[in-house]
Amino acid sequence: MSELIEMQNISLKAAEMVEEGRVHKDLYSNPEIFEEELDKVFNNTWVFVGHESEVPEAGSFKTAYIGRQPVILSRDRKMNLHVLQNRCRHRGATVCEARKGKTKAFTCPYHGWGYGLDGSLRALPKPEEYDGVFDKNDMPLESLRVETYQGMVFATFNDGIEPLEDFLGGAKKWIDLFMKQGGGYPVKVLGEHRFNFPGNWKIQLENTTDAYHFPIVHKSFVSSLDEATADIFDFLDGEGFVEDLGNGHSVMVMIPQLVDLEEDLDQPIPERFASLAQALRDEGKSEDEVKKLVRAAHGTGFNLNLFPNVSCSMAFFRVLRPVSVGETEIQHVALGGEGAPTAFNRKRMRLHEHFQGPMGFGTPDDGEAWERVQKGAMAGTDGWILVNRGMNNLHESKDGNVAGAVCSETGMRGAYRQYKKMMAAGEEK
Amino acid sequence: MKSNTELLAQVTEFIGYEADLLDHKGYQEWLSLWTDSGLYIVPADLNETDYLNTLNLALDDADMRRMRVARLENGESVSALSVGNTVRMMSRVRVLEAGDDVVIARCAMTLNELRHGKLVTYPANVEYTLKPTSDGFKLEQKVVKLLHADGFLRTVSFIF
Repeated sequence: MSELIEMQNISLKAAEMVEEGRVHKDLYSNPEIFEEELDKVFNNTWVFVGHESEVPEAGSFKTAYIGRQPVILSRDRKMNLHVLQNRCRHRGATVCEARKGKTKAFTCPYHGWGYGLDGSLRALPKPEEYDGVFDKNDMPLESLRVETYQGMVFATFNDGIEPLEDFLGGAKKWIDLFMKQGGGYPVKVLGEHRFNFPGNWKIQLENTTDAYHFPIVHKSFVSSLDEATADIFDFLDGEGFVEDLGNGHSVMVMIPQLVDLEEDLDQPIPERFASLAQALRDEGKSEDEVKKLVRAAHGTGFNLNLFPNVSCSMAFFRVLRPVSVGETEIQHVALGGEGAPTAFNRKRMRLHEHFQGPMGFGTPDDGEAWERVQKGAMAGTDGWILVNRGMNNLHESKDGNVAGAVCSETGMRGAYRQYKKMMAAGEEK
Repeated sequence: MKSNTELLAQVTEFIGYEADLLDHKGYQEWLSLWTDSGLYIVPADLNETDYLNTLNLALDDADMRRMRVARLENGESVSALSVGNTVRMMSRVRVLEAGDDVVIARCAMTLNELRHGKLVTYPANVEYTLKPTSDGFKLEQKVVKLLHADGFLRTVSFIF
């Protein structure tokens, strides 16, 4: 009983550490709060596990995590998607350690139990010792609820949660816009960068809706661009905005002219894409298609943050995974077009390498700033982190949402509102 | 063709020279070691060799190398300012192909980085495609195959 009361006190504390314009620094550093977040947030809502193009064929699979729990995303022979707990029902070993691949079955290395792509237990050595003990049909790999939107695959341990499309709500319109960057071809994962940083996952969650840092932290990246491109990235005084989309989701529009990549197709081709345009012409593409592909090659002019673990970030997916209170793993997933011209997908990968990943011209500087935030969280006993920027200058968006300036912290406040709601759940009992 | 011992000595000397330049941040001199068409590649997927059609951690042509060096030198990058020093050991040098126009060699590297007082180690196989010139070798391609290329790396603000 005393343990129960103690747990309630902690949860009360975590929810109370979020106020409308500030959050307490202990949210980054308290290991008990971290454990509670895994339970109340990651094990309790829709979590992004991958894109359909990563499991293109019957038998394709990839491994992923929901919080700390290892799962497998697989496609069965009827092309249905499954998300399975990566844990043999016998003695609990993981049944798959590969990052991705193609298989007919997942076989436990310990005693040879074999599972189908849908998780069903197909065969095990010497089954007669289980006669009358259990029925094989009752022992599949545990499966999670899976739903997709525009090729993005989400799974949840919470069977009672609303349908994915209701959860995404106002974010769906922006996912639709994001998926136009295949340039007329279906969006496809081209590869990914993986890195970790010694800091709390919420520091990453905040970062993808933080335009304020861009000209400071990424000065060296902007310096490496030609003048016209550098002007595009000089967006803090522009017409951009951040809109709270509800349920913790938000969109930050940095470059308004790149919101809809299928509009403004008559624009001249920018200098930095001249060689791409020529390569596309050389591949026999019409001038109209060249313009469409070149515009799509930019990626979109916005970051769409989907609570709690993925951002559709201009041209790629940024996926976070909480490892411990002070460690987070991040994947930067590069995107291109399925069946798109070689030159287009190559350009998309080169642009990704330029900024993203552990050796990009952007990410290492982000990582440095985040590491400093985590270190700073240890200073003092009662520090607060401000997320009140732009609270004095809010307006209602076309879609009736709260919106602020491009460098406001409107998106962070939206995410923390959802966080607070989830962390406070159960307290009223 | 030269005797293998002589070539191995020349290649080993070049690899040591390049490593010394990078550890001592002699980046401008490092840039001059390259041919115009040279590629500096750090693959993310060790199973792939079609680097141009694969996502890499880095795939730098001459422009990208110049920009990478500028980023490390111009004082604008907070992460570059935080790198203390690197010390790399190059060993196990082997010449794989010894032509008049091209020499291909492979070696082992262990790079140690001190950052924020913490030591980080990067073991790697490094493959060099070298072009013999009257001025010594030029780098036509350098591929750094990190042992943990497909794992979760720390961010990198130096040159492998």
